[in-house]
Formats: sequence, structure tokens, C-alpha cells
Amino acid sequence: MKNLTVTCDLVVVGAGHAGCEAALAGARLGLSTVMFTVSVESIALMPCNPNIGGSSKGHLVRELDALGGEMGKNIDKTFLQSKMLNRSKGPAVHSLRAQADKQAYSNAMRKTLEETENLTIRQGEVTGLLVENGEIRGVKTHSGAVYYCRAVVLCTGTYLKARCIYGDVSTYTGPNGLQAANYLTDSLKELGIEMFRFKTGTPARIAGNTIDYTKMEEQFGDERVVPFSFSTDPESVQIPQKSCWLTYTNETTHDIIRKNLDRSPLFSGAIEGTGPRYCPSIEDKVVRFADKNRHQVFIEPEGLYTNEMYVGGMSSSLPEDVQEEMYHSVSGLENAKIVKNAYAIEYDCINARQLNPTLEFKKIKGLFSAGQFNGSSGYEEAAAQGLIAGINAAMRVKGRDMLVLDRSEAYIGVLIDDLVTKENREPYRMMTSRAEYRLLLRQDNADLRLRKKGYEVGLVDEETYRKVLEKEALIQKEIRRVEHTNIGSSQVLDELLETYGSTPLKSGISLAELIRRPELSYEILEPADPGRPVLPWDVKEQVNINIKYDGYIRRQKKQVEQFRKLEARRIPENLDYEKVGSLRIEARQKLELFRPVSIGQASRISGVTPADISVLLVYLEQYGK
Amino acid sequence: MDSTIAAISTAMSPSGIGIVRMSGKDSMEVISRVYRSKGGKKDIRKAPDHTIHYGYIYDGGECIDEVLVMIMKSPKTYTGEDTVEIDCHGGVLAMKRVLETVLKNGAVVAEPGEFTKRAFLNGRLDLSQAEAVMDVIQSKNEFALKNSMNQLKGSVHRAIQDIRGEILYQIAYIESALDDPEHISLEGYPQELQKIVDNLLKKIQKLLETASDGKMIREGIRTVILGKPNAGKSSLLNVLLGENRAIVTDIAGTTRDILEEYIHFHGLTLQMIDTAGIRNTEDVVEKIGVGKARDIAKDADLILYVADSSSPLDENDEEIISMIRDKKTIVLYNKTDLAPCLDMEELKRVTEKPVLPISALEETGIDELEEMIRDMFFAGHISFNDEVYITSARHQEALSQAFESLKLVKRSIEDGMPEDFYSIDLMSAYESLGKILGEAVGEDLVNEIFSRFCMGK
Repeated sequence: MKNLTVTCDLVVVGAGHAGCEAALAGARLGLSTVMFTVSVESIALMPCNPNIGGSSKGHLVRELDALGGEMGKNIDKTFLQSKMLNRSKGPAVHSLRAQADKQAYSNAMRKTLEETENLTIRQGEVTGLLVENGEIRGVKTHSGAVYYCRAVVLCTGTYLKARCIYGDVSTYTGPNGLQAANYLTDSLKELGIEMFRFKTGTPARIAGNTIDYTKMEEQFGDERVVPFSFSTDPESVQIPQKSCWLTYTNETTHDIIRKNLDRSPLFSGAIEGTGPRYCPSIEDKVVRFADKNRHQVFIEPEGLYTNEMYVGGMSSSLPEDVQEEMYHSVSGLENAKIVKNAYAIEYDCINARQLNPTLEFKKIKGLFSAGQFNGSSGYEEAAAQGLIAGINAAMRVKGRDMLVLDRSEAYIGVLIDDLVTKENREPYRMMTSRAEYRLLLRQDNADLRLRKKGYEVGLVDEETYRKVLEKEALIQKEIRRVEHTNIGSSQVLDELLETYGSTPLKSGISLAELIRRPELSYEILEPADPGRPVLPWDVKEQVNINIKYDGYIRRQKKQVEQFRKLEARRIPENLDYEKVGSLRIEARQKLELFRPVSIGQASRISGVTPADISVLLVYLEQYGK
Repeated sequence: MDSTIAAISTAMSPSGIGIVRMSGKDSMEVISRVYRSKGGKKDIRKAPDHTIHYGYIYDGGECIDEVLVMIMKSPKTYTGEDTVEIDCHGGVLAMKRVLETVLKNGAVVAEPGEFTKRAFLNGRLDLSQAEAVMDVIQSKNEFALKNSMNQLKGSVHRAIQDIRGEILYQIAYIESALDDPEHISLEGYPQELQKIVDNLLKKIQKLLETASDGKMIREGIRTVILGKPNAGKSSLLNVLLGENRAIVTDIAGTTRDILEEYIHFHGLTLQMIDTAGIRNTEDVVEKIGVGKARDIAKDADLILYVADSSSPLDENDEEIISMIRDKKTIVLYNKTDLAPCLDMEELKRVTEKPVLPISALEETGIDELEEMIRDMFFAGHISFNDEVYITSARHQEALSQAFESLKLVKRSIEDGMPEDFYSIDLMSAYESLGKILGEAVGEDLVNEIFSRFCMGK
């Protein structure tokens, strides 16, 4: 029997948020790329919440955009509502979140993929990998076809041996009833790859015309929308927006849940996968936070193509009849018709410590992976990894240096470092508290931080890069001017200070000092600053932030210096930890398992103490000689 | 290796002279801030390499000790860095004060084994010594950790844990609100946090005071001498303090009933507490003394129960025997010089403890006593005794750092900074306190967020 054989540079397995970015990056960097999906209708599908961004996830999207990824551009084209979260807090935690039209999002991404040179979309299930001498050679499909290639990116999402569960009903499908991928896991295990089983869940979808919105609080988007992408014209996103709605569960809801807990597969043990603690099912919330008498429920549109509404905050795997009763007990949902049940989904993923920070498998050259397959959760986390995996697959094929962002450069760096360095026992979600240098890693300066990297890699064009350099120069120049401009008491200034409740000046002071007063800002002081040049808003924003938080920013920069020194101390790939005398057994085992690339990474492995690090440094000193 | 490190580098023996050593690029700077020559004019930074200077160490205006300072410039030093050695003459207490003074003036406490590590990394040790260097680092660290835990008084340990728990909760609260602003609000929170931070500052201040009194750390084995009146407690103490065993210090504030003294022998440090005789009494003053003795015995690492072999066991002895039930105790069958009235086997039976015949008066059995204490506590660890003092300095440093970080939080609140800025310094305080307890941060915060706060989606 003859089978189809194809030769290409890169195969991407999966067309979700990670797969799309990986395939686009590979193809745009000149690799002939084939992207597999079990169904082309499910490209860039959003099987859970209908939004992109949110606290710290918004950062990921901005960073991805600065590097030349697609997610930011795509959501700018297809959002229904947008909000900058945490606006009242510091600039480091401002974060964009947009409601998406799911269908439009998916269609727009598909169009982009279809129009990309070097990129082939192929419906089919990849069932095995071809590996020779620790190097990837290609993939096999269910139909027997063989695709020879030089790099593979696995982005299988929640599809590997997927099982959807509610009550005692369980179906062996991926999300939304889509076909699961049941063969690849075994092939991976044969290659010696360690697998985990994780779990996540989604709430019900409800027919919009059966909801009583008069009992809910309307939630609007921002009046002036900020686009996700640095390339999007801000004017193009000032569109009429759709509302979301806020309601609450109540004691009745909680009683219904408590009464039926024994029928939950989570508590009966029918679900074996590890679920995330940060997005608990409603039954989980009721059990763990028993003292709360209500929980928030956000009703969000799924898109303009449907009247289905997403019931945020009430994911569940309770039986169908309990779900019906439970949702109906919520104010405004008394007569709501459920279109799709809530369900939990279990899937296979890997223990990501098997990956290098490049997202390439340590043991198999040319094999990369990204997204939920790596044990993360969330569209944004997936897309960010997809982009890095795609870029590095291309770098591998081209024989160039791979791209690794460290924890001081980007949330993406934090995300990947956490995934490959920590013992993750649940789906990993990005959080702003995970970024120790978050004052430097703001969403507003992602372009200043990362455009250069995108340019060097080849995903950002010359002109875009040049613009960032110009912006940077303007910012520095203006900061210098403001630091060196002294101003004294004047009528304009005195009035201004009074208006903002600021202490009057007794003597001359630098403009920068004034800006640092909490009640004032660069913008506010414009009338008292006659020498000020005309500057674009994003330059002004940077000047204000950099001056206002100067002390804190400098402190973090100092910490980063320390951090980088440890990162720069590389550990030889083939180091034999057995030979490092005096390492404690626990440390030796952990180091052997994780095989960190640097002293810095080694120091973040749990169970490795500062004394172990000292020992390692001493050993490396001797080793190098 | 940017920092300048300092430590006491001689064993903490009562020999009178001890060395505080400093290494790092700022060593000369630091010594110049605390050293004063006899004439007060010498700039020690300009001193020629490898020279010795007589003078004094000053903490601000206060003279700490008369010293000899040895200046050794890079690279011809043990660590390969600029190194200063301060020979102190004023005994253990002065040595500790000198260390504290250089720490106040820019040095940081050396990690266990750090001098050796630096020497190696700077190429001052032969590569073949790597193995030994690694052993030193690892074993010193292990000992320091164990020591740090053992030395910390239970109450101090608990206090730090509580403070740390409170700080973590506050960070988790802020961070949850940042991650999920639609579920958790920070309205009115800064005012609340201000009160909490004030309170924490007070608590740490108190701990710092305890630390500088030297009462935070149990230096040496807390040994209590118990016995009924006239059993020979004072004679025993005198014997132990006699001749080649010096009084290291006597702590201020000792009461008329309870005397605390440090005793050194063969590298061991014993903190001796002699109590008033235990006696059932109606006398109010004496009653207080007895109560105190009981409290102190409860806290002791070791009890020396002096029994009078020349008189029969009475209710006082019974009282004492009930107190030592669960304690490490050596029973001293004292006054062997007199005619026995009490049977030694009988004493062994009722106390269920080892019994040693001695005569405090004739100084017999004292060597055996020392040996017994050694066997009980110090198998293998004697050479690390200096770590005890370093540990105490490290604890103080960490407490001060936590204090400073919390002050920064306070300032951020007063300056009206946004809430996300608070958690930066709260986290630093949390980390500093963790060093005292030997606990790394790891996933603490994420775990606290998930377990305490209900996140959305």
C-alpha cells in the first residue's frame, strides 16, 4: 500500500491559539509550514470564555504583538467591548481586556492564515512522531501519510485523549463536541515523554432572549478604547460596544449545589485530572468559600452571530438536571434556556520540565511544544508560547540562535521560565504577582522592550522598528529636559497647585520633582511648562511613568542586574551531577531532573538551597579549568 | 560577590582575643568609618599593604574596644579581596559589638562558608581543594540552619511566624484584587493596611530590642542549677566558674534570686542560671523567686539538680524531682566528702536520671560532669560554636531589613502610591523574615492567594 509523503520545513500540530501563532511565525520566517487541525472549522476557537486579555494576560498579548505575533491584531478587528482594568492602580498593573466575537475572531484568524505565504492548512489527525537519533524527522497521520520535516511544534491543547464530563455523563471528545486526538499520547510515551493529566471546565451557554436583564447590572466598556496592537490605528477601534451583565448567585443556588455534591464527578472521584485552583467550578467555590453567601456571575455575549451568552463564574460539572435548577436560581436567569451544558474536560499534557526555555524538548532536537499541551491554561498563555515555539523552530531550521526571554524582559519570559522550572501540578495561569520585576514589564512599554527582539528575529519590519527607536529617543530627550527644568512660583503654577490640592512652592524646584507629587502628573503641569515640545500621547505617557515612579523603577533595575548575573552563568548541557561532591541528595535529584541551563534557573528549582548553588558555583569553577 | 562580608573568625572562646574579619571591595571604606587611631588622625585607607595598626573601634561616639587592625589588600589575601582583620581584646561581648558596628557601616554578615567560597572563586585556593570547599560550605550551612532554628527562642519563632503570616495575607489580598479587580475591591484598604503595618513595625521593633539585649538567641546551652537550700549550688557554680573557666559576661537585669552567667569550657558555652533554693514557703519575696525558678526550669536545655547526699530527700527534693521529669537532667550526688545519708541508687531510682557523685567543695567529679554534658549535646558540632554568634548577627540583620521594608510600605501609603506598590516592599519584608526561619518563599504567595481568595471566571 502506498501512502502520501510530503516534505516541508515545519509541521505544527493543532490550530488553536498556540498553533496559529507558531504556524504564522514559522511561515513568516520563510519556513514551508504545514498546520494540522482535526477540523478547519475550529481554527482559533475560543471554547471557554469569550474574551482576550485581562490582568497580566493583557500584558502577554501586548508583548506578543511587539514581537510580531497575531493575537493583538486579530482581537482589535473582532472585539465587542474593551476595558483597561486596574486603571486606578499603578501603571504596572493596568491591563487590557476585550470581549471577543468568537466567530469573527476565528474567521479573521483563518483568513490571515490562508493569506500567509508558505503556510498550508491541513485537516487531519497526527498520530505519531518520527524521531531518529534524538532528532525529529517528521510526523505520521491517522490516514498513514508521512510528513517529513525539520521541526515540529506540538500545540494539541485539550484534545489529547480528551474526555468531557458532567454528572455521570462522559463523552470522549474534545471541547464543544469536537473530535479528540486519541493516538498521539502513546507515541509520545514511547519516546519517553512524561505525561500529566489535567482538567479544566467551562460554564453553560444560555439563550440571550430568555434572560431578564432588568435584574442585572449593565457593564460597559471604556469610553475611549485602547487597541491591543501597537500597529492598530487607535481611531479604528472606537466602535459601538456591546454590554456585559453582572448578577449574583445566592443561598438558594448554594443550597442546590450542596444538596447535590455527591452527584458531582469532582467529589465522587470520577474526574482524575488536576484542576486549576484559580478558576474553580461553582461547586468548588461553594465548598471552599462556605462563608460567602453570594458569588459574582458575569453574563457575556459569545458574539454577534448568536444570542448565546456565556455565564462567567459558574463553570460546573454537576449533572444536567442540577445545572438547570442551579442556573435558574440566579437572579435574572429564572426562565433562562440552557443551550449548552457546563462541563469539565480532562486531557493529557506534558510535564514541561522536559523542555528547555526555548520550548524545545531537551531530549529531542527539533521538537517544540506550546500551550495547554505544556500545562498552561488560557488563550493568551497559549498564544505567547506558540509564538516563541514557532520562532525557535524557525531558528533551529535556519541554524540561528534561539530566542529566550528572561524574567526581567517579559511576562512571556516569566511564563516560560515558570513552566519549565517549577513543579506545576495544575494548569498554569499567568498572574501579575508572578512577575517579580513587573514595574519594568508594563503593558505600555512592551514595544520599547521587545520590538528590537522581534526585529532581530525577523518578524518585525525595518520601518516599525525604526519608529520605536525614534519613540525611545524622544522619551529620553524629554525626560532629560524635565529633570533639568527648574521652575519657580508663578501665577499659572500657583493656581494649578491649588486646583489639585498641592502644597504651594516655597522655592524653585525641578519639574520632575513636581511630577513626582502623587496628586500631580506630567500632563497636569503642561500649562506651567512653557518650554514643552509637542509630543505624541504615548511618548508623554512614558515620560510621566518614568519620572513619577523613578525611585521604584531604579530599585527594580538594580535587582535585575543581580538577577542577570546569575542567569549569565551557564551550566554545561552534559554536566554530571553525580560528580558534584557535597550536593545534598535532594538537590542532586532535582538538578538531574530539571537540568537547568543557568545558575539562575537552578536557584529557582524548589528544593535547591543557596548552599547548593554555592557548591555548584565552586564545582563549575573547577570544571571550567 | 559585590558585597563586603564580615564575620567573627575565631572560635568564640574566652581566650580574650578574637578576630573579626571583613572581605570585599568596601573593606577599607568600612574600616575607615569605624577605626580611630590613638592620635585620631590616621587615615587607615592610606595605610601600606599588610600592616598592623593600633587603635579603637568606635560606634558613632562610643568606643567599643581597643584593637589591632590588620590591613591586607587584594590580591594577596585569603579571599583574594581587600581584607581587614580586627583583633579585639575585650572578650566575646566586645567582639560581637565590633561585628555589629562594621555591619552597621556597610558590611553584611557572611554566609556560612563564604570566606572559603570567595577564596576559591577568586582563584586563591588550589582547584584540587574544590571538594573540600564544597564540603565546608554544605556542612556549615546545614549546621547554621539547624543552629538557627535551635537557637531561636520558641516565643521569638512564633512571633516571627505570625508577623510573616500577616504580611503574606496582605500581599495575597492586594494581589488577588489586582488579578481580579472585578471580584475583589481595594476600596479603603490603604488606611487599613497603614494600621496593620504600624502594628507590625511595633512588633518587629520589640524583637529588635530583644535581639540587641542578646535575649533573642539562646547562646549556649541554657543550664539551670536547681537544689534545695544549702545543697551546694553556689559552690558548684563557683567551681565551674573557677580558674580556667572564665565568666564571659553577666547579663544586666539579673534579679536577686536568679543569677545568669556564661561559662566556657573546652569550646562549650553554658549559660548558667542559679536559682534560689526551691522551698515551700509563705514568705512572699521568696515565693516569687521560687515561681521564677520553676519558669526558668521549664525553659532550660539542661538541669543540674544538686542533691545533698548528707541529708535525706524532703518535700523540696520531691518538688524538684517533679519539675525535672521531662527535662534533660544530670543529678549531682553532692557532698561526697561528708558521711552519706542518702542512698545513690535510691536517688537514681526516684529521679530516673543519670546520677554523678561529686564534691563541689573538694572539686571532684567535675571533669566527669563536663564530659557528660558534652556527650549529651555536642557530639560532632563543637568546632562550629562560632556559628552561634554569627547566627545572632544574621537574625538581627534580617529583622532590620524587614523593618526598613515595612517603613517603605508605610511611606508608599502616606505618599498615596497605588496599591500595587505596597506589595513590592511587603514581599521584601516577607523574604527577610523568612531568612530567620530558614524558609524560602517559593509558591507561598500563589498558594495563599488561591486558598484565601475566591478568584473569578
